[in-house]
Amino acid sequence: MSIQQMEAAELLSLNRFEVDEEEPHIVLDKEICRTKCKSKPCLVVCSAVLYKLDKNGDITFDYAGCLECGTCRVVCKEKGITKWEYPRGTFGVSYRHG
Amino acid sequence: MSGEDKFDVIIIGAGPAGTACAYTLAKEGKNVLVIERGTAAGSKNVTGGRFYTYALDLVEPGLWEDAALERKVTHEQIMMMAGEQSITIDYSNPAFNKSGEMPQSFTILRAVFDEWFASKAEEQGAVIACGIKVDGLIEEAGRITGVKAGGDEMFADLVIAADGVNSMIARQAGLVPELSDKTIGVGVKEIIELPAKTIEERFHLKSGEGASLLMLGCTEGIHGGGFLYTNNESISLGCVFTPSEAASHGRQVHDIFQDLKMHPSIYPLIEGGKTVEYGAHLVREEGYRGIPKKLYRDGLMVIGEAAGFVLNIGYTIRGIDLAIVSGVAAARAVISGKNPGPAYFEELNNIKLLPSMKAVDGYFDLLEIHRLYETYPKVASGVFNKMYSISGETPVSIKKGIWGVLKDNKVSLWQLVKDGIRGYRSI
Repeated sequence: MSIQQMEAAELLSLNRFEVDEEEPHIVLDKEICRTKCKSKPCLVVCSAVLYKLDKNGDITFDYAGCLECGTCRVVCKEKGITKWEYPRGTFGVSYRHG
Repeated sequence: MSGEDKFDVIIIGAGPAGTACAYTLAKEGKNVLVIERGTAAGSKNVTGGRFYTYALDLVEPGLWEDAALERKVTHEQIMMMAGEQSITIDYSNPAFNKSGEMPQSFTILRAVFDEWFASKAEEQGAVIACGIKVDGLIEEAGRITGVKAGGDEMFADLVIAADGVNSMIARQAGLVPELSDKTIGVGVKEIIELPAKTIEERFHLKSGEGASLLMLGCTEGIHGGGFLYTNNESISLGCVFTPSEAASHGRQVHDIFQDLKMHPSIYPLIEGGKTVEYGAHLVREEGYRGIPKKLYRDGLMVIGEAAGFVLNIGYTIRGIDLAIVSGVAAARAVISGKNPGPAYFEELNNIKLLPSMKAVDGYFDLLEIHRLYETYPKVASGVFNKMYSISGETPVSIKKGIWGVLKDNKVSLWQLVKDGIRGYRSI
């Protein structure tokens, strides 16, 4: 396979992840995201494209492919993100190159 | 708490800052614990890709010689892009890489380098505990006395936060203010594997030589830019965006970056390669003015990017070297036995870190000139287009052509002069 444009999900599948099934490191209050946040910057700035809008206008989010950059935390002005921590030790992404 | 459980220093984070600090302290016989949340040092870290070597020499002369670095940078390139057009400047100076001397700079992969560097600190006697996340600090009567991690408590005379750009710990302690989405960049990057020989042919390199390429005009007008670094057997290709502007622009940063891969001036460099990793990281963009007012409070010190030690002046981007230098400064402050807060500040000056950053503080204003990210690359390409277009028709004079290009891009002479003055004052 040569160089081509790739979907974020496909790119993430190349990375090594250890998903913490017991404890999500990022938690949203979707009510706040839906009602208070008009601009929803997370949809655009998340490099892993993990924030999406469903057909009801609700934000969906999957912490499993998180690259732990912290951009969503910084742009989230309405505090729809109620918890943002790094994953517990050993969990999350492990870069082999970085 | 028994005496045995107490360390001289606990360092949070085994990145370049934390490890440089641990190395220097351990070498002087200090009892040092480094706590790293990744499974190995470097496994949570992403860089664009280059490192200025002098910093390792400050840690230990000659240490760079067996360092896990990629290629010594022999080609400095800047590319201005506008649509499918591009203009590239390629600068090389053999004086940066004299035979038998330490090369000025190398390309670098952080998972590889950080793990190597941490192993060197271990050889000096530092304890590096990986796979443990520090959850918080222990405070007693206003003084930081240790850290909490996964239900355990560990104590030290001094805790050093080397926990990177987001610096959850130093912020919790009130030393580092919240980041602003206007003064940081989010970087995304692919590692694209290619044979060493292919890389050397495409970039006109000898074995072990490398290129650094910075791109302007590839972010759809968003404050930011692209980068490409040649590693031994891969290419680091990425793009950095200011989140607030990306958000109002409205297109996913991932998509803009994917377009960059297919640009006619980039694609031939990576063609036939295989993407093996996708990374993302924040980077602070404020330089000197982003350094928190206080980097110390009783029992806690901040180093590395957590302390704002990053410099982007457009044509050079530095962070890893500054992180290492700050780690060494902090260690020297501890070793001096003086009052740690003022001693750290003194060492940061002695080691020339603060003066170096202050000297280029104005570049922040230069890089705030918004027309840099789309309009000026378009103007430059427009002028080159006029210069090189030959159709057999009677050409308009270049002078007229330039005015036409400025008009097409809605740049007035007044704006040009104003930006010119602002740019000149900034540098």
